[in-house]
Amino acid sequence: MKQGEVIKVSGPLVGARGMDGAQMYEMVRVGELRLFGEIIEIRHGNYSIQVYEETEGVGPGQPVFRTGEALSVELGPGLMGGLYDGVQRPLDVLQRDFGDFIVRGAERPALGREKIWKFQPAVAAGALVEPGDILGTVQETTLVVHRIMVPAGVRGRVAQIAPVEGNVETEVAVIETDKGSVPVKMYQRWSVRHPRQVTRKFPPIEPLTTGQRVIDMFFPIAKGGTACVPGPFGSGKTVVQHQLAKWSNADIIVYVGCGERGNEMTDVLMEFPELKDPDSGQPLMERTVLIANTSNMPVAAREASVFTGITIAEYYRDMGYSVALMADSTSRWAEAMREISGRLEEMPGEEGYPAYLGSRIASFYERSGYVQCLGSDKRQGSLSLIGAVSPPGGDLSEPVVQATLRVVKVFWGLDDKLAFARHFPAINWLTSYSLYQSVIDKFAAEHVDAEWPKQRTLAMNLLQREAELEELVRLVGLDALAAGDRLTLLASRMIREDFLHQNAFDERDTYTSLRKQFEILATILHFHAAAKDALRDGVLLPDLLEMPIFEKIARLRLLAEDALPEFENVRTEITAALAALPRQVAVLAEAAVSEP
Amino acid sequence: MITSREYRTAKQVYGPLVLLESVEAVTYGELTDISTGNGERRRGRVLEINGDKVMVQVFEGTSGFAPEDLKVKFLGKGMELGVSEDMLGRVFDGFGRVIDDGPEIIPEKWLNVNGSPINPWARDYPNEFIQTGISTIDLLNTLVRGQKLPIFSGSGLPHAHLTAQIARQARVLKSDDKFAVIFAAMGITFEEAEFFIEDFRRTGALARAVLFVNLADDPPIERIAVPRMALTTAEYLAYEKDMHVLVILTDLTNYCEALREISAARKEVPGRRGYPGYLYTDLSTIYERAGRIKGRRGSITQLPVITMPEDDKTHPIPDLTGYITEGQIIMSRPLHMRGVYPPVDVLPSLSRLKDKGIGAGKTREDHANVMNQLYAAYARGVNAKELAVVLGESALSPMDLRYVQFAEAFEQRFVRQGEHENRSIEDSLRLGWELLALLPKTELKRIKDEFIEKYYPATQAGTAAKA
Ligand SMILES: Nc1ncnc2c1ncn2[C@@H]1O[C@H](COP(=O)(O)OP(=O)(O)O)[C@@H](O)[C@H]1O
Ligand SMILES: [Mg+2]
Repeated sequence: MKQGEVIKVSGPLVGARGMDGAQMYEMVRVGELRLFGEIIEIRHGNYSIQVYEETEGVGPGQPVFRTGEALSVELGPGLMGGLYDGVQRPLDVLQRDFGDFIVRGAERPALGREKIWKFQPAVAAGALVEPGDILGTVQETTLVVHRIMVPAGVRGRVAQIAPVEGNVETEVAVIETDKGSVPVKMYQRWSVRHPRQVTRKFPPIEPLTTGQRVIDMFFPIAKGGTACVPGPFGSGKTVVQHQLAKWSNADIIVYVGCGERGNEMTDVLMEFPELKDPDSGQPLMERTVLIANTSNMPVAAREASVFTGITIAEYYRDMGYSVALMADSTSRWAEAMREISGRLEEMPGEEGYPAYLGSRIASFYERSGYVQCLGSDKRQGSLSLIGAVSPPGGDLSEPVVQATLRVVKVFWGLDDKLAFARHFPAINWLTSYSLYQSVIDKFAAEHVDAEWPKQRTLAMNLLQREAELEELVRLVGLDALAAGDRLTLLASRMIREDFLHQNAFDERDTYTSLRKQFEILATILHFHAAAKDALRDGVLLPDLLEMPIFEKIARLRLLAEDALPEFENVRTEITAALAALPRQVAVLAEAAVSEP
Repeated sequence: MITSREYRTAKQVYGPLVLLESVEAVTYGELTDISTGNGERRRGRVLEINGDKVMVQVFEGTSGFAPEDLKVKFLGKGMELGVSEDMLGRVFDGFGRVIDDGPEIIPEKWLNVNGSPINPWARDYPNEFIQTGISTIDLLNTLVRGQKLPIFSGSGLPHAHLTAQIARQARVLKSDDKFAVIFAAMGITFEEAEFFIEDFRRTGALARAVLFVNLADDPPIERIAVPRMALTTAEYLAYEKDMHVLVILTDLTNYCEALREISAARKEVPGRRGYPGYLYTDLSTIYERAGRIKGRRGSITQLPVITMPEDDKTHPIPDLTGYITEGQIIMSRPLHMRGVYPPVDVLPSLSRLKDKGIGAGKTREDHANVMNQLYAAYARGVNAKELAVVLGESALSPMDLRYVQFAEAFEQRFVRQGEHENRSIEDSLRLGWELLALLPKTELKRIKDEFIEKYYPATQAGTAAKA
């Protein structure tokens, strides 16, 4: 193997010489311990290498071995349910072979070679195929059929194909091309810095439903869309990401724990195998890949982890699946870039971040999309990206938030005041937004209820009116409000406490279908409308403010998914309870009802 | 590998750093022995190597250094600590050297103090309830074995008392496991250190404690080593000797200032408020050493103390800490001024691991519900109180007024407790219910009906519910 020599060490950055011919982003092994590294700068025969492992003990004169290959991942059956570090080392295997702590220089293939898979052809010998065409399938988990695709750049006639059993190295087909015959294995390698190709992109049309009421109803994300979750620590970024990983209706989940807590990954690892997919009843782990480069793991591998994750996600999208990737947190990724940039002595931009911060973030989110995949069957896939952002001190004006907001279409702004009051998810309904709303409205009106867009608008208007009224109350006190406004406050409080508030740790509350979301909201709005009428008919405000039926409204969210008829009953009860209240004709004039 | 080489080629001394030239075959992170002209010896560590130039960080500072007099010996290994069970009951300096009257420690083995990251696959999720006897922690911000839960304090606030009280009272229900306390002092005053040592001595905890002490007048750069010494010892006791180790790290603010000093001397591009951009990563290599490992009996629980400069939670030190640790206990100056001990600011405090450590079989079935309700009610009461300050109490609805009363009672009866008052979780729950009974049952939306029926105090129920 060709080799060079270490001349410089500064934390995760190693300088080397004597590596002529080595390329940008080539993988190398550094020092006697053969630590993983990647070339990230070349100047006059000096090579800068970011090293994915702790560099203690590395010094000048030690060898640097070239590999001739760019930083790549293995793509094939066996990814699902896996836990990898930032450069796709299988952490379960490392633990088995090297112990409970991460040792340096440990090397194991990402896809286990012991595991035997059954390949079932989907085309016959003689078929003409192009890149992306599905040659056959492997049942990867109970939830995922793995489609073995013709690799990029390969076009021709299938010369050999048959059902086979074997590990990922097994040849499943041979394709006769212009340039000779190309054997296709069950897995392929792909350089993480290069996006995988698609035929074309479409604008998103379908919601990525999440079962989270504030998201699906007010700030929805589309399949193939992008969203960010910024917020100070403790405001609920990770819980939002976990909830999406659990309950969103994507076929495949890639969860990247980027520079965050070790225990949060353990949490996922222990919980997901126990949780069942709401549609299929299968363990959620069967559709999930985890990338864990926790905060205390080497910082350069943290930089790579996001690329590793997204390449795996693109690969499943290429099979025609809807894939969602969560990155927690993109700020740690940006900080890793900053640290490496600083050591390269690049000219710092804002807050020490490199000048290319914005373009790196943009090119990450650009890898999302609702697409037509490569392949003659014109199948469609999607890749949705959801990034947590951890702004210092919760200050949204900082560079990572700003660069992110320029490119993402959904903003779920987390608010620590709401979190302190234990209103979760602490998504601020006044500042958050979704640019997919009209698209999703159309979808929901068709698939859930024609009234969906109207109800949503009514509810949002109430919430906005509440904020104005609260300002007013702060100035003049509650008593100065008209009865109709008091009713508005009551109804918006119900929306907040009985609809928006959702406890991720309650078995029932953790997930709500679109149908049930609609029913809860419709019931609250039904109360509001009927109570307005009652006021007009002479019912006194104090009688309206404390009604036993409220308790039923408050517990709607805890009803089972199949208890949908119950909502109609509650609405009937509301009507009856209001009708039963005493009316005083004299106060009719006073009960001026202001529209929200 | 060459084991030890000596150089007299120091050319520059600036801040805590020494720069040598014409040096060969050193490695990153290597430990050095530096002797000055008058024979004094100090410790250093290689921070950067560029060709034959080597930058060394000196733990005891560079005062009295003349480059031409320096002899720098490279020891061919990283920073290590000799560990043994005999460390229990002993006092060390920030570099792990014995400073009490006892004999030298005969190490069972030497460990690199930087440790290695725990493989996330090997972690076991912390879920064992630790009863600290403090209501605001046990009921609202539950501590579990293997958690890292910092105390965000301010200068002059009683964090030392609270930390000592936790160390004194902490126990796991139904368990007789071996435990140990590791106390790591970084730049704190002699009095504060004495307060802890005296408390450990009085309660007999000293025999099960290991102390690493770097005081305010000890070398600042040595503070970089202190938490690593402490945690290396903790890992040894927890994972090799099956002990449940509580590590008290005080005060991380001083640690971060030492880091900033080095960063400034290296002329690195500063991040916020002059702290280096890698502060987050550096802190995580300390905090993430808390935890549990599958198949091993021991655990490491961390209680780091941070004094927030100007009581500002958004200052980089508490901010980055909060992003790494599993929650935070925040102390409130206004509560302290009103004479409430412990002045725990409940609303912004948080234990992220509480959910898996509480409930039936661990604490009690209604724990989570009561906790959520107390939070929501207190938040509303505090809000209403603020409103009343502006507009007068007459501006509040009758219900809001009840919340104000609730908030006051909550601070005086629930938050406040004696420094030696050790409340069981049952006591804290009972107290919680008593306070919730100040509100009508219909307000208790976060509590399941069955629990209201079972636990809502009978005496006040009638009056409160009808109102
Ligand atoms: N939807 C939710 N339901 C219940 N509790 C929540 C919810 N979201 C957040 N929390 C609480 O807030 C804490 C902090 O949330 P987390 O997502 O870890 O914050 P962040 O990642 O922003 O620091 C959690 O440990 C949990 O106690
Ligand atoms: Mg988080």
